[in-house]
Amino acid sequence: MSLTAVLKKKTRFFTIDVEFSCPDGQTVALIGPSGSGKTTIIRMLAGLETPDEGRIVYRDRVFFDSSRNVNLPPQKRKLGYVFQDYSLFPHLTLYGNAAFAAHDRSDVDSLMGFFGLTALRDRKPHQVSGGERQRCAVCQALARNPQLLLLDEPFSALDVVTRRLLRNELKKITETRTFPVVYVTHDVTEALFIGNAVLPIVAGSIDREWMERITAPAAGTDARTKAARTTKLTLAY
Amino acid sequence: MELLPLYLSAKLATIATLILIGIAAPLAYWLTNFSWRGKSLVEALVNLPIALPPTVIGFYLLFLLGPKGSVGMVWESLFGGTLLFTFTGIVIASIFYSLPFAIQPIKASFEKIDPRLKESAYVLGLSPAATFFRVIIPNSINGIAAAAILVFLHTMGAFGVVLMVGGSIAGETRVASIAIYEAVESMQYEKAWALSLAFIPIGYCFLLLVNRLTRK
Repeated sequence: MSLTAVLKKKTRFFTIDVEFSCPDGQTVALIGPSGSGKTTIIRMLAGLETPDEGRIVYRDRVFFDSSRNVNLPPQKRKLGYVFQDYSLFPHLTLYGNAAFAAHDRSDVDSLMGFFGLTALRDRKPHQVSGGERQRCAVCQALARNPQLLLLDEPFSALDVVTRRLLRNELKKITETRTFPVVYVTHDVTEALFIGNAVLPIVAGSIDREWMERITAPAAGTDARTKAARTTKLTLAY
Repeated sequence: MELLPLYLSAKLATIATLILIGIAAPLAYWLTNFSWRGKSLVEALVNLPIALPPTVIGFYLLFLLGPKGSVGMVWESLFGGTLLFTFTGIVIASIFYSLPFAIQPIKASFEKIDPRLKESAYVLGLSPAATFFRVIIPNSINGIAAAAILVFLHTMGAFGVVLMVGGSIAGETRVASIAIYEAVESMQYEKAWALSLAFIPIGYCFLLLVNRLTRK
């Protein structure tokens, strides 16, 4: 297991208390209703919020360890992070945004090509659609060659058709990468589609009952589909 | 029309504005983004010139910049000579006097920036200083320009502080506002009219520009 997180944090309404891991090249989808703590969890992984207690380890790098007083700032975690709605820099063009933290400019060109943004490279974020902005945000995150990709409801502000398109594009591109991906969503279908493992979060904890319900096949599905689904959804705890 | 006082005023305002923006932008960022014990005390101190009569500020600065004041002593040991009744002296006095007028609008424009942009820069690996220069400044450039204009106008119009610290030395510290006062005192109304009229188009055009910059 390459990313391991044990997180505890007291919030106003409940205590977040989760433990999960995600192997390289795999995607864990955190799913749950609004206000269930999933965004706080992903923000703790990024270093934008500090857990009260716990440990976050990626390979042999300790991002956070409350017992050893280790807390790497977000800058040192080498992340790709895509926010809920667009957080592109308004003063830069799409290319400027995608290349903002890129190591290799040719990566930026190929990523922009993959996401169909080449023709829009000189436009500013306010001159393109929401879908194009989120595509650019994904480019920006991937272009810095992250060791971990975090996505916080990246497509939830988009219409259904665009959301599906982007979901497919994202899956296609993350399948070719070797880093772990943590994907936060409130949409079950999306979680099942994107995630190799799905973690339902309710009031800050993993809801095991719900998890079993999600992964159990619908009535009438034959044994083979059931087996296939269970294999696909290796639960992440 | 005697142009020297107007030139001096413009020179004073330009130099003070450039220095003030350099000081006020990081200070405003610090005040906006970081909280520490005693922050409100520092903030109130920085804003004190708004609450004090210019002659009072000038009076304190007279002692602070004078040969026995701390700033005056440091200056003398470094560069020799005094700050009082010199152009440099009125530049320093104007900086103290106009600091809150630079801080307030810059702080307001920093506060308007979506905090997620800062987080976005952090997760992309930018240090807080790099974030300031690459993200915060470019996204608040209009607010900073508006602050620069306001500070410029405020310094152009400075009277009490400049008079206390600089007196009225022709070509050195006799800025337009002092020249107008002296013209009236000596009943040279024509001169006072000419200098005063020059202020109206300058002020009006700059305020139109501020409006344009902050409209967004």
